[in-house]
Amino acid sequence: MHIPDGYLSPSTCAALYAGAAPFWWVALRRLRRSLHTRLVPRLALFAAFSFVVMMFNVPLPGGTTGHATGVALAAIVLGPSASILAVSTALVIQAFFFGDGGITALGANSFNIAIVGSLVAYAVYRAAAGRAPLGAPRRVVAAGLAGYAAINMAALVTAVEFGIQPIFFRDASGAPLYCPYPLGVAVPAMMVGHLTIAGFAEFFLTGGVVAFLQKTEPSLLAATAGRGVRPDDGHEAGVRPSLRPLWAALGLLLVLTPLGLMAGGAAWGEWSASDFADPAARQAIADASFGQAPPDAAPRGLARLASVWTAPFPDYAPSFLKSQAVGYALSGMFGAGLAVLAVVAAGAALRVVRRPTHDRGRPTP
Amino acid sequence: MSGRARSERGLFERTVDGMRQAMERATSAEAGATAAGWMQRLDPRVKLAAVLALVAAVALSHRLDVIAALLAAGIAMAVTSRVPLSALASGVSLAAGAFAVALAAPALVLTPGRAVAVVPVAGWVVTAQGLMSACYLVLRAAAASTFGFLLVFTTPWAHVLKALRAFHVPVLFVAVLAMTYRYILLLLDSAHDMFVARRSRTVGRLTAATRRRLVAQSAGALLVKSLNMGNDVFLAMQARGYRGEVRVLDDFTMARTDWFALAAAAILAAVAVWVGR
Repeated sequence: MHIPDGYLSPSTCAALYAGAAPFWWVALRRLRRSLHTRLVPRLALFAAFSFVVMMFNVPLPGGTTGHATGVALAAIVLGPSASILAVSTALVIQAFFFGDGGITALGANSFNIAIVGSLVAYAVYRAAAGRAPLGAPRRVVAAGLAGYAAINMAALVTAVEFGIQPIFFRDASGAPLYCPYPLGVAVPAMMVGHLTIAGFAEFFLTGGVVAFLQKTEPSLLAATAGRGVRPDDGHEAGVRPSLRPLWAALGLLLVLTPLGLMAGGAAWGEWSASDFADPAARQAIADASFGQAPPDAAPRGLARLASVWTAPFPDYAPSFLKSQAVGYALSGMFGAGLAVLAVVAAGAALRVVRRPTHDRGRPTP
Repeated sequence: MSGRARSERGLFERTVDGMRQAMERATSAEAGATAAGWMQRLDPRVKLAAVLALVAAVALSHRLDVIAALLAAGIAMAVTSRVPLSALASGVSLAAGAFAVALAAPALVLTPGRAVAVVPVAGWVVTAQGLMSACYLVLRAAAASTFGFLLVFTTPWAHVLKALRAFHVPVLFVAVLAMTYRYILLLLDSAHDMFVARRSRTVGRLTAATRRRLVAQSAGALLVKSLNMGNDVFLAMQARGYRGEVRVLDDFTMARTDWFALAAAAILAAVAVWVGR
């Protein structure tokens, strides 16, 4: 999964170096504050471990083996800041010394594996492990899931980087200058391998090592377990689980909204009644449906229901906005904002409804 | 031998082989870096700047013949400075080869364009654009990794790191890179020994679940070991007077040949970008 030189355009590489830089800077600052003079030897050993663990063959069900990156393990044991820097350092040495991953693509590889991988792994682990005690089997499953999610998210980001290359970079004859596959090919091709082999390698390695640490050195799991988690008493701490990882995930999704602009045509099944009369739209429907021609006229039920409700922003672009792209992104954020408001309102309403029963149950002083 | 026994053997052997190869490549690079070639005598700062400029030229060039010429120039530099070609070839084929099979080869038939050939038996149509695209990918990856390896095969790693200081890379980062490299070799050695020891104690066949647990336990043991080692190294550094300040000796001096080589590399990169634009 380490991208070599020549698969991403220089401008993409530069953008990803620039995208990785603030994460490196913040991670370094946070780590300096917590480790002080221990920073250099600690980071060096973490990085060396990340490098070596990438060479482990993990046997998978079905007889194959796969390599894991160990990024989720690093994020769980060391926290996201140390994991970002340690895995990035390992990638630098791999690129320069072992030719594994390109020098121009170093920013991209660090961004995808070290940064996206560490942050996703940490968020998933914290969300899935909740307040479970350090020795709980739930933590092993949470760690496995964190590894699975991290490697797949990293693969997805990599696939998107590959997939946007042929849109922008072609020579005079139309031959793609860098990665030639559009998003429609790059994303499924990358994801098949990662959802199966690489994802499970990461799942088993991360879960397995956390299970090992629970038995041998549970203190190593304490740093990222969250405040209030006691080593082994099996009691829940009684604090509500933090929603911060979920907010972070929502924020990430909002930022990624503009990706939808790159998809061609309408989403399968999201046709309007008028599309059935338009020859170009009919062709698009047929192309998206394995050559199956749509019916001659819009189905009667669809035509009848279509007039019941008219969306305020048809096709995600309010009419007063000139640029469809800006409108699309704004609509996405507006829609998400509405959804959040609705949930908050529903939560408030529920609390109001529930309060009397709570009060009744409470002993009077 | 049954399939299960074979894959079990393969698990140990492949991991151990991978680690041994990595260690051998590191030692052969260090050995090559001290051979008597003209590139080995150049100032490391010049080599680092030249390699970065040439890799950038490879990425920026939009013409196949220019990229091929850069690759040829890289190979010529390797030959004339006595870099072992077999080591270079194995490194480059590892770097460019895996992706060439997985990503560049399918581009031949998947890229839409003018048909130029048909794959026998399968009947897939190779397009001119697909052929160009696959050539771009393979040549760029090969040329860039040739320059990258040229740097590590002609320069001791410690000198590469020292040269980074000349480009204002933070001293902290340089120190971390130097220590990481050293401890990678140590941990590789530990992990290698761990697998060999386990292999020598294993009799009979292990189930898949046992093998998975074994790998996870090895990784866990290595993690605990590396964290403990990190503490020991810190204490040892403190005992020798380390107070969080990293100092690197900058004692390179530029000779006339260094300036000449720097100018030549800059001109080569600029011409490649200009012609291949």
